[in-house]
Amino acid sequence: MLELIFLFLVIGAGTGGELCVSRAMKALGEVHDFRPAALMQFVWRAARVAWMWVGIGLMTVAFFSLLALLSMENVSFVVPVTAMSYAAGAAGAALFLRERVTKQRWLGVLVVCLGVTLVWLSRR
Amino acid sequence: MGQFKSQEEQVEWRQTSNRMKQFPGLRVKTYLFLLLIAFFAPLGNVLLGKGMKDVGTARNWQPRELLHILTRIFTSGYIWFGVVCLLAFFVAYTLVLTWADYSFVQPASAFSYAIVAILGLLVLGEKVNLLRWSGIAVICLGVLIVSDTHPRAPEKQ
Repeated sequence: MLELIFLFLVIGAGTGGELCVSRAMKALGEVHDFRPAALMQFVWRAARVAWMWVGIGLMTVAFFSLLALLSMENVSFVVPVTAMSYAAGAAGAALFLRERVTKQRWLGVLVVCLGVTLVWLSRR
Repeated sequence: MGQFKSQEEQVEWRQTSNRMKQFPGLRVKTYLFLLLIAFFAPLGNVLLGKGMKDVGTARNWQPRELLHILTRIFTSGYIWFGVVCLLAFFVAYTLVLTWADYSFVQPASAFSYAIVAILGLLVLGEKVNLLRWSGIAVICLGVLIVSDTHPRAPEKQ
C-alpha cells in the first residue's frame, strides 16, 4: 500500500513538475548560445519564472518519494513502473501546454503503459 | 505517408519535414541531447538505488527515525553521485525542452528504462525475471513508435 502511495507521488508530482518546468522553458524560448556565460544568464532568467519554482518544488516531492520507493523495491522494478507517467505526461502536454499530441504518439504511450503493466505483474 | 489519416496531417508533416531539411542541425542537436538523457538518467537511478539499499527503509514515521534516515541519505556518497548524474540529466532535459515538445522528449527518453534494468542486473545483481524483461521490451516498443514522430509538433492547438 505504501509503495502505491509513493508511486502515485512519483508519477503525479513528477509529471506535474516536468509540465511546470516545460511551461517555464517554453516561455523563455529556444537556447542557441551554449557558452557558459550565456547559459548562466539563461539560468538567471529561468530562476525569475514562477512556473520554474512550482516545478522544482513538485519535482523535489517526486525525488524523495522515489528514494522511499527505492529503499523498498529493486531499481529494475521501480524505474520501469514510473513510466506510467507517460499517460499523465501526454494528457498534461495536450491539456496544460496545448501541444498537439498525434495519434501515433498516443499509440506509443498506450504500448508503454502495457509494458508497465507487465513489469508490475512481474513483482508477484 | 500511410501513417497519416487525414490530408491535414499530411500537410502538417510536409511543413515540419521542410523545416527539418532547412535546419538539419535541429535533428542532430535533439538526438545528441536525448543520448545524454538516456545515459545520465539510468546511471543516476542505479546509484540512488544502491544508496537507498544501504540506507534502508524507515521502520516508522517518528521524527527521530525520519531524521536518522535523512541524515544517512545526505551522507551517502552513492546518493550524492546519483544526484549529480540526475542534475546532468535535468540540465539536458530542460535545454531540449526549449525547442522540442514535451510529449516527444518524455517518451523518447524512455530507453533509459531498459538501460536501468540492465545496470540493475549487472551492477546491483538484481534478479530480473522473464515477465519483467517482456514488460521492458514492450516499453521500448512503445518508445520506438513514439520516436517515429517529429520532435516539434507542426501546429499548436
